[in-house]
This record gives sequence, structure tokens and C-alpha cells, in this order.
Amino acid sequence: MTEPHPDAASDPLSRELLQSVVEVARAIFGAQASSVFLYDQAAHELVFQAVSGQGEDHLVGRRFPAGRGIAGWVVSSGEPMVVDDLAHNAVFDREFAESTEFVPDAIMAAPLLHGERVLGVLEVLEPVPQSRSSLGELDLLALFADQAATALRVVLDRRVEAPRAARERAAALDLVGSLQRLLESGTPAP
Amino acid sequence: MNASPRRTAARLNWNLRGRGPGDVAVVADGEPVAPAWAFDGGTGRGVRVCVVDSGVEHGHPLIGRVEGSWAVVTAETGPEVRVSSDGDACGHGTACAGIIRRVAPECELYSVRVLGERFTGTGDMLMAGLRWAVRQGFDVINLSLSTTRARFAAELHALADEAYFRRTVIVASAHNMPVESFPWRFASVISVGSHQEDDPDLYLYNPAPPVEFFAPGQNVTAAWLGGTTIRTTGNSFATPFIAGQCARVLSKHPRLTTFQLKNTLYLSAANVRIGTGGAP
Repeated sequence: MTEPHPDAASDPLSRELLQSVVEVARAIFGAQASSVFLYDQAAHELVFQAVSGQGEDHLVGRRFPAGRGIAGWVVSSGEPMVVDDLAHNAVFDREFAESTEFVPDAIMAAPLLHGERVLGVLEVLEPVPQSRSSLGELDLLALFADQAATALRVVLDRRVEAPRAARERAAALDLVGSLQRLLESGTPAP
Repeated sequence: MNASPRRTAARLNWNLRGRGPGDVAVVADGEPVAPAWAFDGGTGRGVRVCVVDSGVEHGHPLIGRVEGSWAVVTAETGPEVRVSSDGDACGHGTACAGIIRRVAPECELYSVRVLGERFTGTGDMLMAGLRWAVRQGFDVINLSLSTTRARFAAELHALADEAYFRRTVIVASAHNMPVESFPWRFASVISVGSHQEDDPDLYLYNPAPPVEFFAPGQNVTAAWLGGTTIRTTGNSFATPFIAGQCARVLSKHPRLTTFQLKNTLYLSAANVRIGTGGAP
């Protein structure tokens, strides 16, 4: 088994949770691919956290600037967006899309919100044509993004909790070690 | 802030879903305002319309001339508005400008870019760009954006009132998700959501605000980067339709106040019928 990318979710359960989100999103919209991005505010970058479909084997952990394109607009506006007929478009995100070896004709993207914060973006590439252009589909995307946001929050909480748990384990081991040394030193009881 | 307001708002709906014009019929009191009086021959000529968004692509065949472009940038003292030739960061502003141009072909279009590059979130940049636009005295401001950040609500409210009294009409998009956001919820702006009808020229008054008008926002063909077009869906694209209608009305009736303009839209909406007065 290959090691997860350093920017990917660090524990298997988190990875499984996010993977299930993108698998279901892809199935709901009959899409070629779906991704969840984490928004790294400090770097102003989006990081692939989970991918279903094209790019699944190599995109997790890859970063790209969050200032441009549809995903960028979703991050900065906090609004979902549905764009169809991109195949006619000569410039939009093509460089990035080609770097992922997939240039879609249609993209649906929604913010993953926690209160006032945008935690990331859910993107659905190349949904079936009937899923692309109605208000009902936009609603469905927003509804599912709500669930995806909850999943991403769980992952982020676990990310914060994991180092704390590791520190506590290390402290406990230190304590056990100290006790052991104390016992071995044969210090007589008073 | 935790996520609970979103849960509370889960039943809210900022669009006309599953209902048509007949389901939102309104009988209004007032002097009859025929749509012909409001719109016919109104091309937007002489009306200055500013798109506060991600920028507008210059020279797009569906947009033509953009009279002026600015961008909010981060300076040492905070956000500043500067002349900009950077165009559009994503295509959203270009889409809005193209719809305004279709509806009001002779209006003067301007752009203030408040999104893109390293702009994180809509609060500070949106405030700075909108305030600047209001104080320039544009006749119409298209704002297909909102902020969910409650700390900006009071300041935005004051700014929306300032615009209202200056006769700058802010046409603001309702959020596409069931979340609380601003400034579209304020009575001093004209707020817009989407209907699902195919008629590209139909707009409706909403008898159950806060969204006051519904306009075409589903499967809309819109200008996009590189001189192209895309098809898209959302309240963002219903809003510039109403902004364009405002420009048409104002080009015919330039002395209208903001409240008169809103009343004209109300009385001219396809689902509003003028009654004969008295009790309903």
C-alpha cells in the first residue's frame, strides 16, 4: 500500500469518509469525476482531499491557487456555481484542467461552509446533461455540499485531535518510564 | 459563529421552485403603470451601471465597451480601489455584464472587481468596492454577491440606505443556498431570485419577500472568458436581468427615485394586476 500524501487526511477513517462523499456525489449526478478540496487559507490554495473518477490515483494532495476559476469564485463568494458548455471556452482553467488530464465540458461546484467560513469546495465534473442546468440540481448540489461540509469538519477536527492524542500518549509513556526508572533505582521506602 | 443559523435557515427558499406566475398572482392598489410606459423604447442610454463582481472582460462581443474598470486591492492602510485593466478573474462578472448589455444595450457599463486573486472571503473587499461604487453616484449597481459575515451586516445596511437616498439602486442577488447573507435582505435594495420559466423576458414580483423579484436564472446563456459563452444557473444571473430593466426604466424616466423605480418594477411585473381600490 502506498503512503498517503502529506496533505491528504492523515488517518484511514477520514480518508474513507471523504472518499465516500465524492463517490456518492459522482453517483448522484452521473458524473465523470468528483473532488473535495480543502481551502488552505494561509497559502490561499485549494488542496485535493478526495477524488472519485478521473485522477483518483494521483490528484490527492495536489495544490493549486484558489484565486481563479470556478473553484476560486466559489471560495471567495461562498456561492455554488454551475457552468456548462465549457468545451467552447479557450481559456478558462484549461491549464489546470489539462494538468489533471481531464478537460470537462461542465462543472458544478459548491462551497463547504461552516457558519461564515468556507472550509473547502465540492466539485462535480461532467455531470449527465440533465443534471447541469436546472435550479433543482443546484439545490441538490447545495444540499449535498452541506453533508460534505460536515464530513470535512469531522476530518479537520480529527486532524487537530490527532497530535493532541499523540502528545498525551508520549507524556504517558514518559510517566511510565519515569516510574520504571524510579522502581529500578531501588529507592527504599521512607 | 457555529453552523446553527444554517440549520435554522434550512427551510428558507430564495427561489420560485415548482410554482409558476399563476401561483403568485398579486392584486395591487395604485395608479396603473403599463409595462409600455416603463420599458418601451428604454435602451439604458445615459444610465451608468456598475458591476461589482470578479471584473468584466473588455471587448467581449456580447458586452462591447466597458467605460471604466477598477479593482479593490490590499494597501497598507486597508482595501483601496484603483484603476485596473486586469479583466475578469473567473468569468462571473463577465456573465453578469453580458446579461445587462442584452437587456439594456445602450447603458454605460462599469466594473469594480472585488473578488479574485488573494481575496479571501467577501467581507472587506465587498464593503470597500460597494462603498466606492455608491459614492461614485452610479445609477445602478449590480451585486450578484452577498456576504454571510454577520459583522458586516450593520455597515452594509447603512451603505444600502445611503445608496437609496442617493438614487443609486443596488440590485442584489439572493444567496443560492439557504443561508443568511447580506445585503440582499435589506428593503433599501432590490433583491432578486430565479424563476423556472423558459421566457427569457419574464420577471415576477414575489408576494412573500424578502426576495422581491424573480427573473430568469435557469439555464441562462451568458458571456464568459475569452469572448465565449457558457450556460449557467443561479440567482447571480437573474439579478443582472433586473439591473438591466432598471437601466431601461431610468433611461426613459431619469428623475425617478429609488422607491419610484421599485414601485414601477412592482406594478409592471407579469403577475401583478392593478385592482380597483377598496378592500380586497
